[in-house]
Amino acid sequence: MSTVSNARRGIRVPLLLIVPAIAILVLGMGYPMVWQVVTSFQEYGLPQQFGKPAPFVFLDNYITLATDSQLWLVVAKSLAFCLVTAFLTLGIGTALALLMSSVTKTARLVLQVALLLAWSMPVVSAMTVWIWLFDRRRGAINYLLDMIPGVNMNRFDWLSTPLTFLLVASIIVVWMSVPFVAFSVYAGLTQVSDEVMEAAQLDGANGWQRFWGIILPMIRPVISIVLLLQLIWDLRVFTQIKLLQDAGSKSGEFDLLGTYIYKLGTSAQDFGMASAVSILVLGITVALSWFYIRSLLKEDEA
Amino acid sequence: MSSRLTRGLLSALAIVIALVWVFPVYWMVNSAFLPTAILQSFIPTFFPVKGTFSNFAGAVADGSFFSALGMSVAVTLTVVVFCIVFAFLAAVAISRFRFRGRRSFVIAVLVVQMLPAEGLFIAQYKMVSSVHLLDSVIGVSVIYIAAVVPFTIWMLRGFVAGVPADLEEAAMVDGLSRFGAFMRITFPLLAPGLVASGVYAFLQAWNEFTVALVLLPSESAQTLPLWLRGFVQASATRETDWGQVMAASTLVAVPVIIFFLIVQGRLTSGLVSGAVKG
Repeated sequence: MSTVSNARRGIRVPLLLIVPAIAILVLGMGYPMVWQVVTSFQEYGLPQQFGKPAPFVFLDNYITLATDSQLWLVVAKSLAFCLVTAFLTLGIGTALALLMSSVTKTARLVLQVALLLAWSMPVVSAMTVWIWLFDRRRGAINYLLDMIPGVNMNRFDWLSTPLTFLLVASIIVVWMSVPFVAFSVYAGLTQVSDEVMEAAQLDGANGWQRFWGIILPMIRPVISIVLLLQLIWDLRVFTQIKLLQDAGSKSGEFDLLGTYIYKLGTSAQDFGMASAVSILVLGITVALSWFYIRSLLKEDEA
Repeated sequence: MSSRLTRGLLSALAIVIALVWVFPVYWMVNSAFLPTAILQSFIPTFFPVKGTFSNFAGAVADGSFFSALGMSVAVTLTVVVFCIVFAFLAAVAISRFRFRGRRSFVIAVLVVQMLPAEGLFIAQYKMVSSVHLLDSVIGVSVIYIAAVVPFTIWMLRGFVAGVPADLEEAAMVDGLSRFGAFMRITFPLLAPGLVASGVYAFLQAWNEFTVALVLLPSESAQTLPLWLRGFVQASATRETDWGQVMAASTLVAVPVIIFFLIVQGRLTSGLVSGAVKG
C-alpha cells in the first residue's frame, strides 16, 4: 500500500480520523472497564448504592471468590457447558460442511437455506420458540419423543433439573451456532483443490484417509478459529440461560457465570463482588482470544 | 456401493437434516397462525390449515408493541448512523495511512471486539445511571456503538484496502486533491461495504438483549427483545397463549431474517477471512 503524501501532510490526518472511534470506545468500554477494576478492589454493597464512600479492601473480593465453593461450582459448570457445547457445535458444523461438499446442488441449497434461516433468528425469538417446543404439556418435542415405543416423555419437565436444563440450553446454543461453523468450514473446504483430492483418490486413499491426511490439515486454520470463537461465545452465554430461567426456575443451581454476575449485581447489589467475577470472565476471554487476535493482526500486516 | 448411490443417499440425508434444522423456525410461524383452541389440544397440529391472523392482532392489541418498535427503531438508527461514520473514518485511517500508534489502535480494536457484554454490564449500568441516562436512547446507544464499532472498523478496513490506492493516485495526477480523489474514486466503490456494515450494526442493535435488560428497566422504554420477553412473562401468568407469543416472536424476527439474508456472505468472510486465506 502506498501513501504518497503522508510525509508531507504529517501525521495529523489519521489521528483526527480515529478520534471519534477512540472517544466512543473510551466512553462505552474503557471507562466502565476502569471503574470495574477499581470497584473489584472495593467493598461496594447496598450502603454504597446510597452514596456511602466505598472503602478499599484490596484483594478481599478476590479472596472471597477464591474460597467460595458456590462460585467454583458455577465456574466448573460454565466451563463444562462451554467445552461440551463448543465441541458439539464444531463437530456437527464440520460434518454438515463436509456433507454440503458431497451432495447434489439442490440438496446443498436446501441445507444452506435451512441453516441460514436458523442462523438469522433473533436470540429472544429463538428462545421463545424453543421453550414452546420443550413445553412440558403441549410441547412438540415431548409429543414426538412419546411416540417412540417404550419412551414415556408425557409431561416430562426438561427445565426442572440442572442437568436437563443445561442440556436444553446446550441444544439451543448448538442449533443457533452450527450454521456459522458450517458456512465457515465450507468456505475453507472450497479452497481444497479438486486435483489434490483426485490425486489422493488415484493413489488409493479412502475417504477417511483423505479427510485426516488432506482435508483436515488444509482447513485447520478455519477450524481453530471457529472453535475459539465458539469457546468464547459459549463461556459468556447469558441471554439463553436467563430466558430459560424465566420459563423454569431462577434458583442458583441453574446459574452459569453470566446469570451469576447478573444476580450479584441486581438482587444482591454487591457491585464489588460482581466486578471481581466480571474481571475473571474478562481475563479468561482475553486469554482465549489472544490467539485469534494475533491471527487477525497477521492479516492486517499482510 | 456406487458413487452415484452414495451421493443420492447423502443428498437425502442433507435434506432430512435441513428439515430438522428449519423446524423451530417453521414451528414459530405455524403456531403463530393457529387459533388458540387448536393450540390447546395435547396433540400438536403440524400445518396451519385453519390459519388465522387473530394472534397477530392480539399480540399488538395493547399498543406496547408499537412503543417498543419505536424505541428499537430509534436506538437502531442511532447506532447504525454513528457506527458507520466512526468506523468509516477509522477504517480509512488504518488502511490508507501508516502512523505512530496505529498498531496499538488496531490491537485495542481487536481486544475490545472480544470483550463480552456479560463482563461489563454492571459497570455500564453504574456509569449510565450516574448520569441519569437509564431508559434513554442515548445511554443504551453509546454502549451499543462502542460494542459494535470495533467489528465494523475491521469489516470496512477490508473494503477500503480492497480499493487500490493507485486509483486515487492516478486521479490526483489528473489534478484532483487527495480528498477529492478519495470522494470521487474510492468512496463510490465502498458502497457495498458500507451497506454490509450498516446491516451488521442493525442486526446487533436490533437483537441485543443483555445490555438492554440492564439499561432500560422501565416498561415504557423497552426495545423489542425486552418487549417480547415481557409479553411471554405476562402471558405465562395466565395459561401461556402460545399462539400470541409465537405471533409476537415472528413480528420481532421477520425484519431480522430479511436483513440477515442480505448480509450473510460478507459476515462469515469477515470473521474468518484471515484463516481461510492462510
